[in-house]
Amino acid sequence: MNDANNLSRMRDAAFTKDVEAQSGQKMSDCYQCGNCTAGCPAGFVYDRQVNQIMRAVQLGLKDEALGSRSVWMCLSCSTCSLRCPNDIDVAAVMETLRHMARRGNRVTAPKVENFWLSFLDTVRAFGRAYEIGTMALYMLRSLRVFTDLDLVPVALKKKKLGFRPHVVPHGGAAAVARIMRRYKERAVHEGVRP
Amino acid sequence: MTYAYYPGCSAKGSSADYEKSTQAVCDVLGLTLVEMSDWNCCGSTPAHAVDTELSAALCARNLDIAARQGAKMLLTPCPSCLSNLKHAANRLEKPEFRARVDALLDNPAAGNFPAVTSVMQGIAAHCDVNGIAKHIRKNLKGLKLAAYYGCLMSRPAKLMDFGDPENPSLMENLLTACGAEMLNFPLKTVCCGASYGIPERAVTARLSGRILKLAACMQADAVAVACPLCQMNLDLRQPQAAKAVDAFFNMPVLYFTQIMGLAFGLSPTALGLEKLRVSADSLLRKLEAEGGRS
Ligand code: SF4
Ligand code: SF4
Repeated sequence: MNDANNLSRMRDAAFTKDVEAQSGQKMSDCYQCGNCTAGCPAGFVYDRQVNQIMRAVQLGLKDEALGSRSVWMCLSCSTCSLRCPNDIDVAAVMETLRHMARRGNRVTAPKVENFWLSFLDTVRAFGRAYEIGTMALYMLRSLRVFTDLDLVPVALKKKKLGFRPHVVPHGGAAAVARIMRRYKERAVHEGVRP
Repeated sequence: MTYAYYPGCSAKGSSADYEKSTQAVCDVLGLTLVEMSDWNCCGSTPAHAVDTELSAALCARNLDIAARQGAKMLLTPCPSCLSNLKHAANRLEKPEFRARVDALLDNPAAGNFPAVTSVMQGIAAHCDVNGIAKHIRKNLKGLKLAAYYGCLMSRPAKLMDFGDPENPSLMENLLTACGAEMLNFPLKTVCCGASYGIPERAVTARLSGRILKLAACMQADAVAVACPLCQMNLDLRQPQAAKAVDAFFNMPVLYFTQIMGLAFGLSPTALGLEKLRVSADSLLRKLEAEGGRS
């Protein structure tokens, strides 16, 4: 089969529409000028540059877009959105793709997701982020020993890490836990990955 | 003037010195910051990376409390908290979105939220150059500083309302009013690698290294920052950054409030300077050598 046939078989118009609906951005506005890519500080670790991701979404190449590592390495810095001549919020598209990739169980950078989930676990427990707790949970999740071992002595000396978690007073921590529980229940109910 | 104050989680841990110096400087300038008592984490990057509604719900609880406490204006030092609170308030204007977020909360959120702004903008709105000048006890003359805003403070432009999103100048205005010489620092809004320092250290090390390298080449005495995460990446992770760009740095990275506090004659301990990994002693010596009188 030639490539053109193959390409048309892989195209999924519904995917393009989905991304447009969830991100609120019109994909056909992108004319591939490459401004987003030129300013992207994370481009050096991307497997597909951000304009290529935009193109993949335009073409409905779902696997290409959602399977990309770039979606997980995007720093959400919004430089792309600021510089797009067509006023596309490119960072919002990247974020939407990340949400879709998570839901579709296509996490190409599990370390990044593990870190986020560890952070959110501490928020669920205390209502506020807890730095040492995040690190401990991250180590458990990723089965990696402290990646920042070199920072520990100086972080302790400079009291950069709070030893005790800060719990929101007046029942606030429980209120936050309830928000997160409802979120999870709804996600499960709606069939998406919480 | 009294403002409601949202410190953000890092203020209680890694950036306690930002908190301390913010309170001290605002005290001098006559801004009273009243901390909201039962504020919760805004969810930071992890929440919005995982789900927009979850992030908005965590922020809405804070906005709701501030509204019910009668706050007209809510100030926060952290650009990431600011960005999340503003994004949430903006998205909650859409009724369908608000209904889905309300369903996550104990009670539906208040109708009208207070405006949210950064401590930096709060200070600038409260006092002009003269208002700052009259508090100066130690002119910063002779100090060459690079102002580094990071990516979130000025973007998205409309939402953050922070002047030119590629070339903000508020921090320069405040520190110039204190007598410092501000460099024209071209990387002022280029990302430092954000929270990727833990899961993907190489990314953060390289991006932070580039910023430090330019500041060093421009012979800055220090980098002035406004974000707890930027401060951590540029200061605590400075050796990692140096290694990534094959350089050696000894670049102090101070919160702009710590620098203003020095100009106001506050003591290094009152500003939490001992918390910096790269010591600010070189700055203190330089200030002494300049005579330090306004
Ligand atoms: S800057 Fe905008 S128009 Fe240009 S390639 Fe990127 S998304 Fe497309
Ligand atoms: S938001 Fe993401 S894609 Fe856009 S410039 Fe920043 S890192 Fe690159």
